Amino acid sequence: MELFINLVLFFMLVATAIAILRMRHLFAVVMLSGVFSLLSALLFVALDAVDVAFTEAAVGAGISTVLLLGTMALTARNEKMPREFSIVPLLVVMATGAVLIYGTLDMPSFGSPTSPAQTHLAEKFLTQSPSEVGIPNVVSAILASYRGYDTLGETVVVFTACIGVLMLIGSFARRRRKNDGGAE
Amino acid sequence: MTLDFILGHLNYWLFIILMMIGFYIVVARGNYIKKIVGLNIFQAAVFMFYISLSKVEGGTAPIFPIDMNIDPQVVYSNPLPHVLILTAIVVGIATTSLGLALIVRIREEYGTIEEDEILEIESKLQSDENSTEGASMGGRA
Repeated sequence: MELFINLVLFFMLVATAIAILRMRHLFAVVMLSGVFSLLSALLFVALDAVDVAFTEAAVGAGISTVLLLGTMALTARNEKMPREFSIVPLLVVMATGAVLIYGTLDMPSFGSPTSPAQTHLAEKFLTQSPSEVGIPNVVSAILASYRGYDTLGETVVVFTACIGVLMLIGSFARRRRKNDGGAE
Repeated sequence: MTLDFILGHLNYWLFIILMMIGFYIVVARGNYIKKIVGLNIFQAAVFMFYISLSKVEGGTAPIFPIDMNIDPQVVYSNPLPHVLILTAIVVGIATTSLGLALIVRIREEYGTIEEDEILEIESKLQSDENSTEGASMGGRA
């Protein structure tokens, strides 16, 4: 049953991705990318990652769609007619995919409780976090306590990206470019 | 290649197929907004792959009952990949927004966001520059 749900969600994801590939109307592409994010949030719920599903639905389908729509409004609404079909990208993609699939052959099978990922740290977090941190959600306990520095690093990345965006298209950058244009 | 092996690895292969569709959009399409969307698909496929590693057969989401009476019989999925992917999603949106800001700047500078048109403008600029430099050096360059 679980496999069936995963397969159905996966084929919906692939259909959305192929529609994104073929559409030339950028508004449709942006909306489909929101659909893609919501579908992947569903898949995360099916894989027991409810916190990730929340974040993906809020960030992937919400913020990212808004940002894409804003960019679309500032730039272009349609993609140009594609260049003539070239075989090279297809070959590159096929070769990469084949190498990756070859790499998965050694992996433990899906859901196996004895795989290396399950036997080391996970056990420790699940048994010790009730007494050490004492909140029901283990994911929050790890995020804010055991791996608090990771989260701090994440905040630094977001801050840096924010400064980068402001320097590229903020009002300060715009004013400076206008002055440069006047001097020439 | 037994049926067990195929069913156990099918998930990984499906995510790789999805990842390669995103990769193809990035490589083969010339429109920059579409490239960013393709990159997001690629990224989401990586996230799904990680999350599928944390799944335990018959497990449930790693959230204890609110009164913290933990039943030792209940199997919980591995919470660590969830934490890593939470961080990765937020970092992903940060990089996406930076890429979109770059696209807006490119459009201001070149008037287009199609890769081949930008390359054309670039090569034209380059040849113009070369010919003026050549003239100023008395045609020797």
